[in-house]
Amino acid sequence: MVAHDISKAVRRLDAVSKSEGSVKYIADYGFEDCLWGRLVRSSIPRGIIKDIKLPEMPDGYRFITYKDIPDGGHNYLHMIATDWKCFAENDVRYVGETIGIIVGPDRTIVEDLREKIVIEYEEQEPAVSIDDGLACKGGAFINDDNIHCHLKLEVGNVDEAFRKADRIVEETIETGFQEHVYLETNGACCMPDGDGYKIYASAQCPFYIRKSIAPLLNIDPSKISVQQTTTGGAFGGKEHFPDVVCGPLLLAAYVMKKGVKMIFDREEDIENSVKRHPSKTVFRTGLDKDGNIVAMDSKVYYNVGGYLSSSFVVLQRGCFHVTGCYEFPNMRTEGFGVATNTYPSCAFRGFGAPQTLFAVETHMCHIAEMQGLDPLEYKKRYFIKQGGTTSTNGKIVEKVMIPEMLDQVLKASDYERKAKEYKWGSGKGIGISFYNHGGAFTGNGEQAIIKGRAKLHKFKDGTVEILCSQTEMGQGFHTILPKIAAHILEIPIEKVIFKDPDTSRVPDSGPTAASRSTMIVGELVERAATLMKPRYDKEEEFEVETQYEHPDGYPWDQSTFQGYAYLGYGWGVCAVEVEVDPCTGEVTTKGVWSSHDCGHLIDEMIVHGQVNGGVLQGIGWASTEVLKNVGGHFKQTSMSDYIVPTSMDCPKQGVSFVENPYEWGPFGAKGMGELVFNGSGAAYIDALSRAIGKRITAIPVPTEDVMGYMLNGKDLKEAL
Amino acid sequence: MECKEYKIEFTLNGKPVSIATNPLRRLIDVLRDDFGCLGVKEGCSEGECGACSILMNGRVVTPCLIPVGAANGQDIMTIEGIKETEKGSIIVQAFADGGAVQCGFCIPGMVIAAYYLLSRNPNPTEDEIRLGISGNICRCTGYDLIVESIKLAAKRGGEIWKR
Repeated sequence: MVAHDISKAVRRLDAVSKSEGSVKYIADYGFEDCLWGRLVRSSIPRGIIKDIKLPEMPDGYRFITYKDIPDGGHNYLHMIATDWKCFAENDVRYVGETIGIIVGPDRTIVEDLREKIVIEYEEQEPAVSIDDGLACKGGAFINDDNIHCHLKLEVGNVDEAFRKADRIVEETIETGFQEHVYLETNGACCMPDGDGYKIYASAQCPFYIRKSIAPLLNIDPSKISVQQTTTGGAFGGKEHFPDVVCGPLLLAAYVMKKGVKMIFDREEDIENSVKRHPSKTVFRTGLDKDGNIVAMDSKVYYNVGGYLSSSFVVLQRGCFHVTGCYEFPNMRTEGFGVATNTYPSCAFRGFGAPQTLFAVETHMCHIAEMQGLDPLEYKKRYFIKQGGTTSTNGKIVEKVMIPEMLDQVLKASDYERKAKEYKWGSGKGIGISFYNHGGAFTGNGEQAIIKGRAKLHKFKDGTVEILCSQTEMGQGFHTILPKIAAHILEIPIEKVIFKDPDTSRVPDSGPTAASRSTMIVGELVERAATLMKPRYDKEEEFEVETQYEHPDGYPWDQSTFQGYAYLGYGWGVCAVEVEVDPCTGEVTTKGVWSSHDCGHLIDEMIVHGQVNGGVLQGIGWASTEVLKNVGGHFKQTSMSDYIVPTSMDCPKQGVSFVENPYEWGPFGAKGMGELVFNGSGAAYIDALSRAIGKRITAIPVPTEDVMGYMLNGKDLKEAL
Repeated sequence: MECKEYKIEFTLNGKPVSIATNPLRRLIDVLRDDFGCLGVKEGCSEGECGACSILMNGRVVTPCLIPVGAANGQDIMTIEGIKETEKGSIIVQAFADGGAVQCGFCIPGMVIAAYYLLSRNPNPTEDEIRLGISGNICRCTGYDLIVESIKLAAKRGGEIWKR
């Protein structure tokens, strides 16, 4: 039994040192004996490298390319796929593709030399947008159709239902690129260490890095030890991307026989790093004569960019979430990962789910509005319940508390009064969205692929060290996990040690991603602490190890994507209220209220902070965060022109939770880090659409675009 | 390119310092590389994010935009100095208790902004706090718990903020 509820907030263990500025991030290490590196990248989106002219290299400076990879080494980065080349060879697929790395002792000279390198290309016509990719603009470069990856899911019989439908409505919903803007840019250092290498990196997944880059030198991943350094934000942007940074550093350290470091500046980071996948979801929805949905069919297109890397898994999650919090009698979705000549898209908080959730929420609003119905009343007809069938023909295992959450949000926001009072097009609007997020790796992936292990080590002085590969990147996990262990062992949290992981001394408990850390690794530590407890007073020094075990009875087939995709979903309801200036189109966010089901909260203040941040990031995605790619080049490359929300953009949020303990999570907790991003964008756009009385089918909608919709947009009541 | 070095003197966290250097070097680099003030974080290099905020003659500035020559004769306080003050310590403790800190990269700059705000306005409203930190970008917290923590610091400090 625990002394008190684990939800009660504790002071984050890293709060004081971070506030005082005494915590070291990668740029604070110095690494004085190491050389500086700088990547030399493609300046064109597509073409063939004809010649590379180097300036005269001073002593101690060198330009390193794929040609320096030793015999037996492989020029790829092993992410999920292995197609992403560490260095371009003959051709380039996107602006920013790594061609080489220039290294030397002085950072300024390295930069000067980089600027003097002249690369001659034979340019080819790039495909930039999803439509370009599908049209094979410039000729297909992946297969014969530019489709990197594809999947199809069906529940019931959609064609049959369409034959009986009164009418079929069609609509396309689009979402744009999003940049992570972790406040700390990417950086890493790699140095020779005995017969191997030591890497320091700002990163989410240290074990991913060594697995990804070891093939370059054809060495065992264990020859590379990766020490994560305190990470100043990540949001998915440091899940696989550090591999792109560390691969060239490893080769440079091998060639130079010295340590080599790189710290990106902001412009370099925005221009040359992964982004959230732009998406296009094409719905065909069958309605009966009363306007009820009999079948929903969707085609989901994600802009994958030049290399597949992790995108098939992102696309899968997108397709699994395309029915949102709803159950329809017949559902079908087909997903396509489209090759384009843009920087490869990768993980970003939500991992593919936000795009389709935004699409289905917005589509549902529009079906309701064209019938003159309040979107909320219409959505209510289809809420999925415990035992309901998911898009993969699995069942919802847990109790779904959407009615209770909705009740909280309605009360907090005064939705019902406002939705009646604010007439469509009146300049005032309130919107509401429903969303979920499947926790952890899909299906049985935690057992079949990850096989996560965690250890607890008790020392003679009574302190206990947690050994696992989970990283702290701001989300609070390095407080959550000690809290779990301390609670079970009934010792003060100060007696629990949890250091930033170093792969040479911790077991691989899997990546810090997929909202899995608390739900999965938290449970491993909970179980290890439970095993340790009866021995704690009796034995001086010992270790306990646990490994993930998937509950029986929830089958999943990864080859057909059929079965129980997720055992525990986080659930969310979010309402947003806006006011639009009729003369300027300027949008003011008047209120934001949310309720979330994260199982049982391990720390109410940490979860509260996650909600605030995720919800605001979601509103940013739908509103201010414009990131255009024109001709293969990102047009926003600094924090002056890529606009993330400030403290003035949103009033204090109303935050509430429901209690719904998850059977297999530590203390009943389940994943929530991504969930809290997944729905605020749709609620914001719903509110804005109602305020201006116009239909919005693509995000982001920055304030400067609102007047265009007011003047030329389609009326909400127009037929789809 | 060789640049002539000049002797530049200023007060850093209450102590007189001097350095012979190119006056066009960025103040952020001098503070970090020559004086070891690593709490001065570089987030954007263009004065947009506020992570490197310091006080120059009591006002908030971003040293990524300031050539070190402009610091000659000035009084500079970084987070390393602020945290040692009674007021700075109140903010740091309030940030820790109020849940203001996530990844932490923006936080030293936020502490500086809060220090400046509370020193001029000991009882700020919610809106005044939001305006006061609007030059500091945070990507993690959505700002709410930072705002609450500043309210907590105002309350805890009480009369201290009026000194």
